[in-house]
Amino acid sequence: MRTISYRDGLSEALHEEMARDDSVFVIGEDVIAHGGYYKVTQGIEERFPGRIFETPIAEAGIVGVSVGAAMAGMRPVVELMYLDFVTCAMDEVVNQAAKMRYMTGGQAQVPIVIRLPCGHGRNQAAQHSQTLESWFMHVPGLQVVVPSTPRDAKGLMKTAVRSPDPVLFFEYNRLYTTEGEVPEEEYTIPIGKADIKRDGEDVTVIAVGTMVAKALDAGVRLEDDGYDIEVVDPRTLSPLDVETICESVTRTGRAVVCEEDTTFAGGGAEIAAMIGEKCFPSLKAPVTRVGAPHVPMPFSAELVNHVIPDVPQIVAAVRHVMA
Amino acid sequence: MTLTADICKKMYLDMWRIRLFEEEAERQASLGTVLGSLHMYCGEEAVAVGICAHLRDDDYVAGTHRSHGHCLAKGTPMDRMMAELFGKATGSCAGKGGSMHVADFSINLLGANGIVGGGIGPATGTALASKIRGTDQVSVCFFGDGAVARGTFHEAITMGSLWKLPVVYMCENNQYQQWVPRKNVAVVDSVADMAASYAIPGVSIDGQDIVEVYEASSEAIERARSGGGPTLIEARTYRFDGHSKGDREEYRTREEVEEWRANRDPIKLLRAHMAERQWLGDTDDEAVQEQAKAEVAAAVRFADESPFPAPDAALTDVLESTEGDRS
Repeated sequence: MRTISYRDGLSEALHEEMARDDSVFVIGEDVIAHGGYYKVTQGIEERFPGRIFETPIAEAGIVGVSVGAAMAGMRPVVELMYLDFVTCAMDEVVNQAAKMRYMTGGQAQVPIVIRLPCGHGRNQAAQHSQTLESWFMHVPGLQVVVPSTPRDAKGLMKTAVRSPDPVLFFEYNRLYTTEGEVPEEEYTIPIGKADIKRDGEDVTVIAVGTMVAKALDAGVRLEDDGYDIEVVDPRTLSPLDVETICESVTRTGRAVVCEEDTTFAGGGAEIAAMIGEKCFPSLKAPVTRVGAPHVPMPFSAELVNHVIPDVPQIVAAVRHVMA
Repeated sequence: MTLTADICKKMYLDMWRIRLFEEEAERQASLGTVLGSLHMYCGEEAVAVGICAHLRDDDYVAGTHRSHGHCLAKGTPMDRMMAELFGKATGSCAGKGGSMHVADFSINLLGANGIVGGGIGPATGTALASKIRGTDQVSVCFFGDGAVARGTFHEAITMGSLWKLPVVYMCENNQYQQWVPRKNVAVVDSVADMAASYAIPGVSIDGQDIVEVYEASSEAIERARSGGGPTLIEARTYRFDGHSKGDREEYRTREEVEEWRANRDPIKLLRAHMAERQWLGDTDDEAVQEQAKAEVAAAVRFADESPFPAPDAALTDVLESTEGDRS
């Protein structure tokens, strides 16, 4: 199978969906001039003129306008340059996009994809490095998608564009240049379906986004300890594939939940609580979490490395639940 | 469009429908059948009716928290709207929205919006959709003078102007943002003056005079429909009632309110305009009011006799894709 980057997977998905459906359009800052900050929207202006809108720096306006276009039957794909900037459009996401279907008794449909490049990959400190999946998991009416591989990124983007409901699409910026196998033929990946990235018997490691590769790396290191871990990538945090996670934890009896976000009230907290409620009789050890401490993202690389959860922490957590 | 006797009669009826609906909704609120906030539109009827008279079913309208008038003027059925205020299953939004979220997508009425300035972006977005699809639909965006301070006003109008979208921004300047007179918190007297900042036409009109509203709207909608881009209209109007249910109105004098009710009531002004032209006799006038009264009475009956939603309806309409799976 061919190998392409995460960025190219996303770009292919947008091109294919725009060719398939005239109602899809792209909107955001620098999406034409620079092909998007991460070059995901490159080539769209040339191939689909009139269906890509480069905006003023106005996140509330960008999302608000897109919500309206979506209610009128279009399928906007919004690029916000950094996830951090979604804070400037929270009313539009939380009060407008998320609640329209419900408040109108099912009349309104808001098929909008909001792309959120996120994470600490660019050493830009506290206002350009966040991962706030849990904020949006908390809001009913939103779907939270966090692909970790090029294959998942492409397949989930295609599904997100086709979804009748809002999708917050988290793209960890350090993943854009990572490469992986992606089928040439048409495929989609369902929202709400986890993927077992590594089979194992001893511990279920639930890992999100950038933590998936780290968990797989930890899995190799732990072989020396004689521990065989299973890595479950939820891929979408809302709706959450409770069934796959619980099936795995029930089988292994141990769970380690990993995320780049702060563990305190992070997305992993919901997963850990859910495992505690549903899998308690099978558990041989307390559910353990690996994530960032409850501090803003610092600037200096030394400080960042201290904050971001790494492979040794996952290894230590697995050893802890196996002890 | 020339303002004919027939158009005036239709608008006169629509203003009465709104006025009597509002008064009845307020009465029902005092009886406890209508719960929650009730933001009365009485006094501002000429604005909604004067502009919506130009709209087709497929044109878009986005409203505010004070939107009963916008919804009725766009053409949503009164009985379902009253049922929505009652929280009934037959309501416009099946009892999930209430007064601040009445909507009717069968006539492209995005409806009320509980966030001040929350509808300006979405209204502009519907206009973007029309532009992309190459239709001649127009979007009308209502908002109050309070919303002008929101960033959404600035951001959305900038895009509306940048892309020359078919949208009319209709500011209902009723002079009070909740309990504060506009003059205490605004730095620009006329909202219409702000249009220059966005390089679009701006016009300030008497929002009590439906003839003026009708004519200014005609020009703005024609401009939008023919590809000329947005217009900002400031309709200077007045809220006869307080901000919402239970407002003690300590921020304005009784005399001021009485003066507007007596001399600046948009219904009385249109009646005078029509009487002058012999377009409305006393019997016609009575018939119009009787028709509106009967419709309101029927709406109350419908709402009253309708069932409440089944409790588990609270768990539906969240996401289409996971319907029936909300634990």
